[in-house]
Amino acid sequence: MRHHDDLVHEANAVRAKLVSRRSFLARAAAAGFSLTFAEGLLQHGASAAPLAQDEPPTGGQVIVGLSQEPTIFNPLKSTLEVDRGAQMAMFDSLWRINEASELIPNLATEIPTVENGGISEDGLTYTFKLRDDAKWHDGEAFTADDVVFSHNLIMDPDFVAGTKIGHDKVTEISAPDDYTVTMTLSEPYAPFLFTWGDTFIVPEHVLAEVEDPNTAEFNSTAPVGTGPFRFVERVAGDHITLEANPEYHGPGPYLDTVIFKYVPDLTGLFTQFKTGEVDVTGIQGITADNYAEAQTLEGKVINDGPASFVEFIYMNFGNEIFQDKAVREAMYAAMDKANIIDAVYYGVQTPTESYLPQQSWAYNPDLVPQTFDVEAAKKILDDAGWVPGADGIREKDGVKLSFTNSTTAGNKVREQAQQYLQQTWKEAGIDMQINNMPAAVIWGDYFNLSEYDTVMVGWGHPPDPDGTSRFHSDYSPIKGGAGQNTMQYSNPDLDALWDAGVVEVDPASRVEIYQEAQQIMRDDLAYLPIFQYTAIEGTKAGLQNYKQNPFVVSNMWNVFEWYWDEPAS
Amino acid sequence: MSSFLLRRVGQSAVLLVLVTAIAFGLMRLAPGGPESVYALSPGMRAEDLARIRASFGLDQPIPVQYVKWARGMATGDWGRSYRDSRPVRDVILDRIPATLELTTTALAFAVIVGVSIGVMGALRPHSIPDYLATIGAMLALSVPTFWFGLMVIFIFAVRLDWIPSGGRETMGADFSWADRLHHLVAPALVLGLVLVATWSRYTRASMLETINQDYVRTARAKGIAEKGVIWVHAFRNALGPLITLAGLQVPFLFSGALVTESVFTWPGMGRLFVDSLGYRDYPVLMGVLVITAVLVIGSNLVADLVIAVVDPRVRVR
Repeated sequence: MRHHDDLVHEANAVRAKLVSRRSFLARAAAAGFSLTFAEGLLQHGASAAPLAQDEPPTGGQVIVGLSQEPTIFNPLKSTLEVDRGAQMAMFDSLWRINEASELIPNLATEIPTVENGGISEDGLTYTFKLRDDAKWHDGEAFTADDVVFSHNLIMDPDFVAGTKIGHDKVTEISAPDDYTVTMTLSEPYAPFLFTWGDTFIVPEHVLAEVEDPNTAEFNSTAPVGTGPFRFVERVAGDHITLEANPEYHGPGPYLDTVIFKYVPDLTGLFTQFKTGEVDVTGIQGITADNYAEAQTLEGKVINDGPASFVEFIYMNFGNEIFQDKAVREAMYAAMDKANIIDAVYYGVQTPTESYLPQQSWAYNPDLVPQTFDVEAAKKILDDAGWVPGADGIREKDGVKLSFTNSTTAGNKVREQAQQYLQQTWKEAGIDMQINNMPAAVIWGDYFNLSEYDTVMVGWGHPPDPDGTSRFHSDYSPIKGGAGQNTMQYSNPDLDALWDAGVVEVDPASRVEIYQEAQQIMRDDLAYLPIFQYTAIEGTKAGLQNYKQNPFVVSNMWNVFEWYWDEPAS
Repeated sequence: MSSFLLRRVGQSAVLLVLVTAIAFGLMRLAPGGPESVYALSPGMRAEDLARIRASFGLDQPIPVQYVKWARGMATGDWGRSYRDSRPVRDVILDRIPATLELTTTALAFAVIVGVSIGVMGALRPHSIPDYLATIGAMLALSVPTFWFGLMVIFIFAVRLDWIPSGGRETMGADFSWADRLHHLVAPALVLGLVLVATWSRYTRASMLETINQDYVRTARAKGIAEKGVIWVHAFRNALGPLITLAGLQVPFLFSGALVTESVFTWPGMGRLFVDSLGYRDYPVLMGVLVITAVLVIGSNLVADLVIAVVDPRVRVR
C-alpha cells in the first residue's frame, strides 16, 4: 500500500493509467501508421512481440525529466517510485504487470496457475519456471539461485529492505534445478503473484560477495541487473545515463540510451519539456495548471489517463467527534467536489467513491455518487443534536465541531482545495482549521502515529485490491499494529472481509468480497474520497509505446519497448 | 605574530565545535526525520520504519549520536548519506567542481565589472554615469534572483532559443567546452549581477574615501601621471574592504548559490544542501555545514592576515 504525498518540494502527485485509446490512436496516426495497424497493436497488448513486418526502428536516446532524483538502484532496498523508474530499466521481475493489470512473463516462462501446476490446490505451494537465456549485465547467467537469494536478502533481518510484505508469508524456498523455484507459504496469500511482480531480482554472484549489502556500491554506483538497459554513470544531482543491453532476452530494447535528468522544479521541468531538452515528463508529470497550455504545444503528445491515486480526507477516529457518523455524513455532504475539481484542478480529475482506481478489476461501479448539499448537511447535524453556538460553530454536549486539517505545506494546489472545503464546511457550522507542515514532518510520526485530526492525502493502491494494511482494525501503528491504518478505523464486518479476501484464491469470489468492502466503507464513510487523479504526462511526438499504467508506480515499466519513429543517428 | 595566529586558530577550533554541536542538535530536535521519505513506500510498516531509524543510529540519544559523528569526522569518516548510502565525502566532492565552475565565473565577472564601475563612479561622483550605476546596483540587489532567473530562461531559452534552459551540459552529447560555456553563461551572469552590484558599491565607497586623502593630493602634486595616482596610490589603499569582501565570499564559492542553482538546475553544492534538507539527510547536511563553517572561519582569518600585509597600519605586532 502506498500512501503518497508530496515529498520534498511538492507532492508526488500524479501517476499512471491505462493508455487512453483515443490518444494512442491519434499518436499512431500522427506517426503515419494506419488505424488498422494501430488497432492491431492495441489488441495485441503490451506483451506481444512486435509484428514481424513492423519491427520497430532501433536507435536514439530518450531524456526522461524527473522532479526527484533517483539515488538507490538496488530494487530490494528502495521501492520509492522515483527509484523504481530507474530500477525498472535495469532490472527484471519474474513477470510484469501491464496496463490492463495482466501478468506478462518476463524472467519466468509462464504465470503460475492452479491449472498449469504452478500453484497447489490449497494455495500453499508455488512453483516458478524460469527462462534459461537471461544474462546479468556482467555476462553471468541468471539462475534460480538468484531468485532464492533475492528472497533471502529481503528477509535478512540485517538488511533494510524496502518492503517485506508477501515475502514474510514464505516458510520455505528452494531451487530444485537452475530454472525452477519452489516455495511454501504459511497460509494462502492471494496477492502473492503481485508480490513477485514487484520483486526485482538481484544477482547473487555480486551481492553475496559484499561485506554489507546495505552500503554496497551496487546500491548506488555499480548496479548489475538483467534488464533492457545497463548502468553507465550517475552524475549526482544532475543525471543518470543508461545504455541498451545488447544481450537482453527481449523483446527490445530499441533505444540506444535512456537518460534520467533531475529537474527539481516542476515549472523548470515543464519549460525543459517545451524547449525539447526533456523528451518525457516523468514522475509528477505536468501540473494541472499547465494542462491547457500543454495541449497547444506542437510536436508533443499529452497523455492524460487515470492514475491509481485517490485524493482523500482521512479522519482520525481516535478523535471522538469523528466517531459520530452524522458528522462524517455532514462533512461529506458539504464537500463541494465539483468546485474543487474545476477551480483548483482545472477540471482534470474524476470524482470517485472508492479507495481503488476505477480501472481495478475489483472496483465497485455501483457506489452511490456523493451530492453536494449544504442544507442537507445542516439538517443531518441538527437531527443529531449538533447545535450552532454563538460563533456559528456547532456544539454537542460541550464539544465543539472544530478540528484541524493538515497536508504538505507548500503544495499550493492542496492549500487552495483546503480553503474551498473550509468555506463550505463553515456554512454548515463545521469549523476546520488549516495546519500544514513540511513533508518530512507531516508524513513522519504525525501521520503514522495518528496525531492528526484530519489530513488531505493522495494515496495510490497497488494492483491487488487487498486493503488489510490500510483499513483493518489490527493494523493501526498507534495500537501496535504493523500497518497503515492511521485513521484507527475499526469495523468488524470489514475486518472479516479483509481476512477472507486475502486467503481466497478464486478471483471471482475475491471480486465479490472487495466490492462489498467498498460498499461498506462508502456507507459508513470510513474516509471521504474526493477524486481519482488523472496523470498528465508529456512525451515528444515520435516516441512510441509510452503506456500509462495505473498498476505500477512508474511509467518506465515498459521502457524496453519504447522506440522512436525516426531515431536520430 | 605567531601567538596571535595560535590564539586565532584556537578560538576557531572552539567555535567550530560549538557551531557543529548546535547545528547537530537543532537538526535532530526539529520534527520529522529521514524515514518519512520511506513512509511513502508501498507496504511500509511502522516496524520497518523503526528498523530504518535504527539502521541510521537515530534511535540513540542525541548527545551519543553527536559524539559518534564528531569522532568519525576527526578520523576522516564523514559518515554515509541516508539517501544513497555513499560516503558523505564523495557526495560532497562530487558537487564541488560544478559549484566552483559557476561561482568562480560569476565572481570573476563581478570583480572585473564591479571594480571598474566602482572606480569610475568614485572618480566622477554624482555624474550621470554614476547615478545610472547606482540605480543599476540597487535594481540588481533588489530583484529576486529566483524571478530574474526565470525571466532570463523565459526570454532567452523559451522565446529566443539562444541558451539552454538549465543544466550543465547537453544530455547524451560528447563533452565540449563550447557546450559547457553555452550552459554556463546564463546562470553565471544572473548570479554575477548581484555580485557586481555589491562589488561596485564597496569599491566606490572605499575609493571615494581614499581619493580625497592628503597622500593622493601629494602624489598628484609630485606630478605623477593620473593613472598612477589612481591605481597605485588611491586604489591600493582602497583595497582593504575589498579584501575583506573577497574573504567573505570564499565560503560562497564552495557552498554554492542555492537559488541560482535551483532555477538553472545546476548540480552544485547549493542544490545538494536544499535536497538534503528536504530528505533530512543529516550526515550530508552536517558535512556541508562543516565545510562552510571551516571556510567562513578560515577565510576570515586569512583576510585579516592579508590586510595586515597590504596595509602596514594594521600590521599586527
